[in-house]
Amino acid sequence: MALKEKYDVIIIGAGPGGLAAAISAKQNGAEDILIIERDLELGGILLQCIHNGFGVEIFKQDLPGPSYAQRFINEALSLGVDTLLDTMVLDISPDRRVFATNKTRGVIDVQARAIVLAMGCRERTRAQVRLPGTRPAGVYTAGTAQRWVNVEGYMPGKRYVILGSGDIGMIMARRLTFEGAKVERVLEVMPYLTGLMRNYVQCLLDFDIPLQLSHTVHRILGDKRVEAIESVQVDERWNPIKGTEEVIPCDTLLLSVGLIPENELSRKAGVIIDPLTGGPYVDDGFQTNVPGVFAAGNVVHVYDLVDWVTEAGFAAGKSAAKFALTLRARENRLIPLRADENVRYVVPHELNKDSLQEGNVRLQMRVKTPIEKPVWVEVRSGNLLVTRRAEPYARPGEMVTINLTPKEYDEVDRASELRIAIVPR
Amino acid sequence: MTQPYDVIIIGGGVVGCMIARTLSAYQLRLLLIEKEADIGMGASSANSAIVHAGYDPVPGSLKAKMNVAANPMWDNLAGELNFPFDRRGDYVVAVTADELQGLELLLEQGRKNGVPGMHLISAEEMRHREPNINPNVTGALWAPTGGLCDTFAVTVAAAENAVQNGCQVLLETAFESFLMEGSQIIGVHTNRGDFRARWVVNAAGLNADFVMHQAGVRPEFKITPRRGEYCVLDQAEISIHNVLFPVPSCGSKGILVTATLHGNTIIGPNAELLDREDHATTRAGLEEVTQGALKLVPSINLRHVIATFAGLRARGNARCETPGVNYDSDFIIEIPKEVRGLVNLGGIDSPGLTAAPAIARRVVELMEDAGEKFIQKRDYEPIRPPRPRFRHLSRAEQTALIQNDPRYARVVCRCELVTEGEIIAEIHAPIPARTYDAIKRRTWTGTGRCLGSFDMPRVVDILAREMGVSPLEITKKGSGSEFLYRTTKEVEAHHGA
Ligand SMILES: Cc1cc2nc3c(=O)[nH]c(=O)nc-3n(C[C@H](O)[C@H](O)[C@H](O)COP(=O)(O)OP(=O)(O)OC[C@H]3O[C@@H](n4cnc5c(N)ncnc54)[C@H](O)[C@@H]3O)c2cc1C
Ligand SMILES: Cc1cc2nc3c(=O)[nH]c(=O)nc-3n(C[C@H](O)[C@H](O)[C@H](O)COP(=O)(O)OP(=O)(O)OC[C@H]3O[C@@H](n4cnc5c(N)ncnc54)[C@H](O)[C@@H]3O)c2cc1C
Repeated sequence: MALKEKYDVIIIGAGPGGLAAAISAKQNGAEDILIIERDLELGGILLQCIHNGFGVEIFKQDLPGPSYAQRFINEALSLGVDTLLDTMVLDISPDRRVFATNKTRGVIDVQARAIVLAMGCRERTRAQVRLPGTRPAGVYTAGTAQRWVNVEGYMPGKRYVILGSGDIGMIMARRLTFEGAKVERVLEVMPYLTGLMRNYVQCLLDFDIPLQLSHTVHRILGDKRVEAIESVQVDERWNPIKGTEEVIPCDTLLLSVGLIPENELSRKAGVIIDPLTGGPYVDDGFQTNVPGVFAAGNVVHVYDLVDWVTEAGFAAGKSAAKFALTLRARENRLIPLRADENVRYVVPHELNKDSLQEGNVRLQMRVKTPIEKPVWVEVRSGNLLVTRRAEPYARPGEMVTINLTPKEYDEVDRASELRIAIVPR
Repeated sequence: MTQPYDVIIIGGGVVGCMIARTLSAYQLRLLLIEKEADIGMGASSANSAIVHAGYDPVPGSLKAKMNVAANPMWDNLAGELNFPFDRRGDYVVAVTADELQGLELLLEQGRKNGVPGMHLISAEEMRHREPNINPNVTGALWAPTGGLCDTFAVTVAAAENAVQNGCQVLLETAFESFLMEGSQIIGVHTNRGDFRARWVVNAAGLNADFVMHQAGVRPEFKITPRRGEYCVLDQAEISIHNVLFPVPSCGSKGILVTATLHGNTIIGPNAELLDREDHATTRAGLEEVTQGALKLVPSINLRHVIATFAGLRARGNARCETPGVNYDSDFIIEIPKEVRGLVNLGGIDSPGLTAAPAIARRVVELMEDAGEKFIQKRDYEPIRPPRPRFRHLSRAEQTALIQNDPRYARVVCRCELVTEGEIIAEIHAPIPARTYDAIKRRTWTGTGRCLGSFDMPRVVDILAREMGVSPLEITKKGSGSEFLYRTTKEVEAHHGA
């Protein structure tokens, strides 16, 4: 695939949010669309979610993550959306240039008329829940373990404790049990379940995995590999209650302690982040504070159902297409004004052809070298003379002007650029 | 048994590696042994990374002498070994009227130690130089010769340069006892066999007491681990540009707030004596660190902590040998009389990182005094070439690097922007990085906000591929710390079929 120099819409991230944005941008008239994804495949986090529970709202069907994603991948590809895989976006500028790298193309620098941020989210880690103790192998986020088990085919341990009753943790508890591992316990610091009730029933209750509310990990034990964790009960203000410590032998601690929208790139583009959601402030068309930069999916706030991510992606893609088409229309009406013979520069630099329907446009310029005899100030489109004006002389110290008038509209409308020259009469 | 060495160095911390590097300039057969799976896993990778000016140690102590002698050596060292170093200066900040007196005392002490350029600055000047400082600041001491380094990079660079110049390094090789002929040391016994040498250098950090006791030296010497805990703050959230110490209380430099060359601010360490080696962080310790840091910079927010770690200082009980100086946890740097062939170090806690190049020089001097002839190698190469760091390059340089080797285009660690090319280069470097933590310390992979949850499976894959082993064999920090336990049933079934 040859990269275009400029795209109508560039989408960063090929999860359900990004895929929906691409599809809807295309359906709403955008032509050149590019999705950039750092992974080797399209689909985002869904590729490692091999359990059911996706698509109940949109398809009225209970699908595994990869199947849900595949429907949108197929649609996007059949609509002719360009994709760059194994490509990391490093930087976005406020004027919507996108910088990325990949192995075959090196440093990539493309211009977008509109951008949709769809980078998803990342998991919170042990530091953010301030888990003291040693730093052995065997402490993983639930998502990392999920990738190992479901994508790469490796079991990270034998005996597990899971911290956090989020959905990923509960789903992993069931998955690991299927694999013959022992999940000793799920600990939740809040006095209530933080994930979906259906996951509690289907993933923990059905497998006799105990859930302890108002409990957390007090410390991690083990030097090279986790040997045990010490759990503790907490009061309403999350302070450990003395005397409730319990050592639970295990070789792996999985953390399912929440997700944070991934907005490092957004910040670089000048997008302002809401400290409450962790994602950009957006308007009802999912536009951020930076004109032409839109956002959809978990990058905006963390969703519990993928169907709503898809819906948000559709909305953002539509707004992005609209923005890009408006820009494109303006770009088509815009032609450069170029300084030709004996002209140093012309202001304005570009002319919107439609301005001539409303009235005169005055061009201002400086000459390069003095001509101390009568001159023509000429405006040409190719060889065709559009208009000209006589002056008794031309001197660098004195600005020269010429007006384009509605009479010239037809010639200008056919022009791809105008050249302005000052020549002896 | 392999052919005998001239010198064996026990311990691959910054001190052992700096000694190896210094000795590698001479015609000597060198071996460095390190018990862990990588060099620099002890105190040398868990400290404040400050190259101290030298106003802190007790005047007349070996610590003071080594600190002040070493400080000016760092610019040249950083130039030759190509590690990050910045002579940024440091501040001791008083926040009450009482503490101002403490500043005067430190200034006086610094002058006695021979520290150049120190002077007091006003509260207003301090607020100007560090806008995040506690607004109640009452004054500060400015030491322009203080510096910052990347402590682990220093250790690796020194070791690599030693290897470049012919030194051998054996990892996962633990000293157990000495081979002796009468009172002459003739080698070491390790878990991986015996190695003979004319000289053995004890640079075993926390185990230096054990090592010297094996030679019958200083039976009363004891090291007590003194733990210091730290929090690392997210550089996207807060960034302090300076090195800020509190006015010290008894025996400790106190909890500081400091920039790192990496951009993150760190706070810590506290100081807690332990009865055994324990690298765990604790709730109480992290609380103490936070309270201490808030005294200097009240705007620090705990929500911005991205990591915590602890280091153990090798606190010794050796009396200072300078007459009239009453100080009883000084460095030991000596050739003891009881045995022949031992260069004995001990109690190298702070400012041991700063002092390391001077300690290495001192080791050469002591050996010369003991009759060793040092002949410079003709082909000695003092320059250790740097390896590219993608995130530090301009776009043009990045493009050129990728054109040359496309593996530099694949980003493996998104937070710290580390590429596959960099990781592979470390796996095949003169001191090969063969564990996840070894990669992490060299490239900063996995040290950002996501603490490796993104890169970990990828790095494990790369290590396995480059080393030609199964991912099941890849460890975090040496045998016993494997990441993965077995393949899934599905994969097993597939392989069975
Ligand atoms: C483990 C887990 C289990 C879930 N289970 C369910 C469920 O049972 N039912 C349900 O309805 N929902 C579930 N969800 C929620 C749902 O999957 C997510 O809400 C949805 O996938 C989010 O879509 P997204 O497009 O916003 O982000 P993602 O799917 O995360 O996609 C973001 C993409 O952006 C890419 N990217 C990020 N940064 C860059 C960059 N700099 N350059 C290039 N590419 C980049 C990433 O590689 C990724 O592919 C689950 C979520 C998780 C994490
Ligand atoms: C919290 C803290 C903060 C500090 N801050 C600073 C600072 O800002 N500036 C400063 O100058 N100094 C500082 N220091 C001090 C400095 O870190 C140490 O003095 C220095 O790292 C000591 O280096 P080393 O090589 O002697 O010890 P180590 O780095 O501990 O190395 C000793 C090595 O010997 C190995 N070893 C042990 N036993 C055996 C054996 N039997 N066989 C083989 N190998 C063995 C160990 O595995 C280890 O790798 C700090 C220290 C701590 C703990």
